[in-house]
Amino acid sequence: MKHYLIVPVLILIFNCASAQNKLYSVSKSEFSFFSKTPLEDIKAKNTRANSIINLSNQELVIRIPVSQFQFSNKLMQQHFNENYMESEKYPYATFKGKIIEDLDLSKPGIYSVNASGTLNIHGVDQDRKLSGKLTVGENSLVLETKFDVLLVDHKIDIPKLVFKKIAEKIEVSANIYYTPYVK
Amino acid sequence: MKKIFLILGLILPISSFAQEDLMKLVSDSNEVFVKTATFKATRIINGHSVETVGKNNMDFIIAHRFDRINQGFEEFFGLDAATNRLGLEYGINDRLMLGLGRSSFQKTFDYFAKYKLIRQTSGSVSTPVSVTVLGGYAIRTQKTTPQLSGSDRSSYTAEFLIARKFSEAFSLQLSPTLIHRNRADIFTDKKTVIATGIGGRMKLTKRTSLNGEYNYVLPNQIDNSYNNNLSFSFDIETGGHVFQLLFTNSFGMTERQFITETDGSWGSGDIHFGFNISRSFSFEKKNRQKP
Repeated sequence: MKHYLIVPVLILIFNCASAQNKLYSVSKSEFSFFSKTPLEDIKAKNTRANSIINLSNQELVIRIPVSQFQFSNKLMQQHFNENYMESEKYPYATFKGKIIEDLDLSKPGIYSVNASGTLNIHGVDQDRKLSGKLTVGENSLVLETKFDVLLVDHKIDIPKLVFKKIAEKIEVSANIYYTPYVK
Repeated sequence: MKKIFLILGLILPISSFAQEDLMKLVSDSNEVFVKTATFKATRIINGHSVETVGKNNMDFIIAHRFDRINQGFEEFFGLDAATNRLGLEYGINDRLMLGLGRSSFQKTFDYFAKYKLIRQTSGSVSTPVSVTVLGGYAIRTQKTTPQLSGSDRSSYTAEFLIARKFSEAFSLQLSPTLIHRNRADIFTDKKTVIATGIGGRMKLTKRTSLNGEYNYVLPNQIDNSYNNNLSFSFDIETGGHVFQLLFTNSFGMTERQFITETDGSWGSGDIHFGFNISRSFSFEKKNRQKP
């Protein structure tokens, strides 16, 4: 008889436990990009990215609403959305990947991580390996990463008329803060 | 049997979790997307569009209207003479904008404030149109005989600009307008004139568009010698500039001039070639923090 009680209780405990220490979602995030050109530096910030990390299988996804990048020059922001990113057609940039190192991420500490997966910007998939620093705390994670995006990789056209103003390579950096995922 | 259940019970939730698509979990956001760039510039052609310049941004607008094309070769199809308007527009925040301008035509100074009341959105909150309100004041300073008082040379404009970006390429705007002139040039004219503008743009490429604008003055308000304003333009946008190459039947560029006092007629070839050039500057404090 006792077994009938123990089984569901065990299942419950395992479920809770697995849910608690596996999925982490964003509490705060800041993406910025920077591109240096002879005439002026182009910078923008986005605090609306969403992301989830599954610590048990080390998978992660990031989803950034492209139109939420804030530029100080609003005309530049308009051009970014209208002419380059076509953000009404491709509203999100995403990364879906997996941390390739064999790590025990349940222990607090600072880890150098590499994630390989698919980066989708402007509707174009690119297989990428992105590296970063993952800080595992008691009940929180911080992921810092920096990577370059080549416009040509994602079929983002640069019109000849304004060629000098736009760099062909853009540096993206991100700080993402995670807390345990709650449905 | 029991042991199998126990093992299954312990394993199943774990494996089912692993299979859950993380992409789905990050996708259930309630993001609201504000439609931007309903028009490229703060003017459709002569009239205001729903757009304002962003916070701490300033637009410098240089506009020219040449003389009538039907003056023929001797006047080089109107290009020998021109009026201009120089304007500055500044965004207090992303919704409120202040502007001023000076036209050579009747040496007119104009001042206005423009506020984005409603912004068209999609996503979790859907708003079908953008609505911007505008209030303006203009005064002529050209010497006349007899010399008119400042009040007699003044006029006021109030407009509701209602626009919808139907698609990436096509936007349409309705602009119910009220213009009050303290003293009309033709004394049988109504001092307060009700009109409505309709304007649209059709994008040809990412950076060019065709615009059209018509300002309809409701009947029995102004003299028959005046015509409704009709304009077409071709817009080209490069980095920080918007160029509008246009044809219109009006010489002036303030609301009183082109809505209530347009004397040119398209039918007789009283068409003015002109252009608006707007150059955008940003005064947002530079963010020193480098990524």
